[in-house]
Amino acid sequence: MKYLDEYRDAGLTRKLLAELQRTLAHEWTLMEVCGGQTHSIMRSGLDQLLPPGIALIHGPGCPVCVTPLELVDKAIALASRPEVIFASYGDMLRVPGSDRDLFAVKAAGGDVRIVYSPLDALAIARGNPDRIVVFFAIGFETTAPANAMAVLQARAQGLDNFAVLVSHVTVPAAIAALMESPDVKVDGFLAAGHVCAVMGYREYEPLAEKYRVPIVVTGFEPVDLLTGILACVRLLETGKPGVQNAYARSVTRDGNKPAQAVIQKVFALTDRAWRGIGVIPLSGYRLHDEFAAFDAEKRFPDIQEIVAQESPLCISGLVLQGIKKPAECPAFGRECTPRTPLGATMVSSEGACAAYYRYGRYPK
Amino acid sequence: MPEKPDFLAWICPRPLLHYPTIVMGHGSGGRMMVDLIDHLFAPAFDNPWLAQMGDATALEQLGASGQRLAFSTDSFVVSPLFFPGGNIGELAVYGTVNDLAMRGAKPLFLSAGFILEEGLPMETLGNIVAAMAAACQRAGVQIAAGDTKVVQKGHGDGVYINTAGIGTIPAGVEIGPAVARPGDAVLVSGTIGDHGIAIMSVREGLTFETQIISDTAPLNGLVESMLAAADEGAVHCLRDATRGGLATVLNELASASKVGIDFDERAVPVRPAVKAACEMLGLDPFHVANEGKLVAIVDPEAGERILEAMRRHEYGQDAAVIGHVTETHPGLVVAQTTIGGRRIVDVPAGELLPRIC
Repeated sequence: MKYLDEYRDAGLTRKLLAELQRTLAHEWTLMEVCGGQTHSIMRSGLDQLLPPGIALIHGPGCPVCVTPLELVDKAIALASRPEVIFASYGDMLRVPGSDRDLFAVKAAGGDVRIVYSPLDALAIARGNPDRIVVFFAIGFETTAPANAMAVLQARAQGLDNFAVLVSHVTVPAAIAALMESPDVKVDGFLAAGHVCAVMGYREYEPLAEKYRVPIVVTGFEPVDLLTGILACVRLLETGKPGVQNAYARSVTRDGNKPAQAVIQKVFALTDRAWRGIGVIPLSGYRLHDEFAAFDAEKRFPDIQEIVAQESPLCISGLVLQGIKKPAECPAFGRECTPRTPLGATMVSSEGACAAYYRYGRYPK
Repeated sequence: MPEKPDFLAWICPRPLLHYPTIVMGHGSGGRMMVDLIDHLFAPAFDNPWLAQMGDATALEQLGASGQRLAFSTDSFVVSPLFFPGGNIGELAVYGTVNDLAMRGAKPLFLSAGFILEEGLPMETLGNIVAAMAAACQRAGVQIAAGDTKVVQKGHGDGVYINTAGIGTIPAGVEIGPAVARPGDAVLVSGTIGDHGIAIMSVREGLTFETQIISDTAPLNGLVESMLAAADEGAVHCLRDATRGGLATVLNELASASKVGIDFDERAVPVRPAVKAACEMLGLDPFHVANEGKLVAIVDPEAGERILEAMRRHEYGQDAAVIGHVTETHPGLVVAQTTIGGRRIVDVPAGELLPRIC
């Protein structure tokens, strides 16, 4: 398939690996920020092909994984209300809340629907004027424009039975928090190509400068990832930290300006809790006050009282910060499997633990 | 008789305590359904026939002929009732026909039970029944018993159909999930994932440049020509890769036979449109359902001849050898990836969930 097969080519992979081997003089620890990249690495078996001098650690870039337990519990509470139709991207349904997940709510009679786009949720709202449709607006900067657009359209169409439960987070704040943490040792970052397709990479430049760390915009196919890794290693070996774009077919320095404008119109920066990590200042979006009518937390104020406690067994917080690998968790593959996830990193199709469980449980 | 099932003691390999009720994942063909069977149905109905755990069960020998009876059942709850390339009626006939064929049986008779929802247009039912009659003719079986029930509006999706079937297994045919041996060749009969993506695209209103058509088809003729092409006993395992897809079938065969399976991702035929749809939805084509594709594990000596016989058959034209059985990593299925790496291919945990971005 065009634009796919050439980025999964075995010959090109070998060439890049050989080039990487030639370039590599020291040992480096790189973090791929996005869970989609983690899965691609594990699914293609790239992790086993890399030279031993390169350690990849998996960053907090899975939107499902970092959605705090409290918000999952709030989603479950909303979805259980008879007047609510709860619309969500599919992989949020299996994320465990404190005592159950959205699938269990559905089995108990809650009206939970999987949608592919927030605009589908809007259509449900139009078709069900006597119910309130709540859309679970999660994700990084990648999903933010579409989610913002849904709110704008709801307002334009006068759909007052539509609301969003917002749990948006942003990448640069996470990179800064990781660099500030004394436990995290990352030499270079592979930034997520799709996030940068929206936001560009201008906002990473001050980070690279402040922390003297290379940040390479990287795509998702094995050849893209290797190209990003090679670029990052070159920057490290030559001692020139900075931002480089290894995904030029999709990403420009300025990104997608109309998409950014929609985000800015609807969302304001806010402090956000990240599951397993804690609150990171100004690391997420909330609705601007003028859109308060579409804010599910304001519309159903009683859910604001919900508080939640993480499972003590799950170390997803450490995994999300790249401090531990999934297999180092005592519950990995035992108490915690994709069927019985203790933490979101095991649930999402982008979660690091799920990637290890699915593709990497080799008999030693 | 076994003790009453103790729901609180479901600890192998993990409790289902998270779900005190049935959830959709229990019917997905993945691990959750296996749990339900292993911990509830199998111990409750415990008997040597059910313990075969094949697509169909081989019953007693018939007289001195050496033939045995094969018996199977399947229920169909598909929505929408009509989809590109098929409909619930064809599925109901071919599903049970294929289950019988996967034991090497020649399917003979089916029963059909209809659960109809009040308000179902007579024309719809007429079209389904006509499709079933045509499907029976194509597969060479007769519907010899039937049942009809009607439920109130809102209590069913228009039509649910159950079929059961019997057939005869020729003398000397010993096909079962536990017969794979190290060195055996692993074959698939054609492109993977067509049915699941065809259904999903209609159900979710997804449109692609080319329409994806379900592969709904009877496989008994294909199996017959495979058996005819090889020496007695050369075909070890057959499975139709329905819910849970190719990955689930390979995992089931690997664990039933206590062997490992290695296959090459690039050797598995997948239509470009299906591949594109899976990329877009974040699905693994190896997890997507098929309704007219089988996986065969055969003696390596006979592999070439069986492959040729498959390719000559109308339902096996894209057949391919995708890998082999190995004694290393028993119970695990490992794929060689397109870039030359290796990865585990697991069964889906429950429902297939499209990813967020």
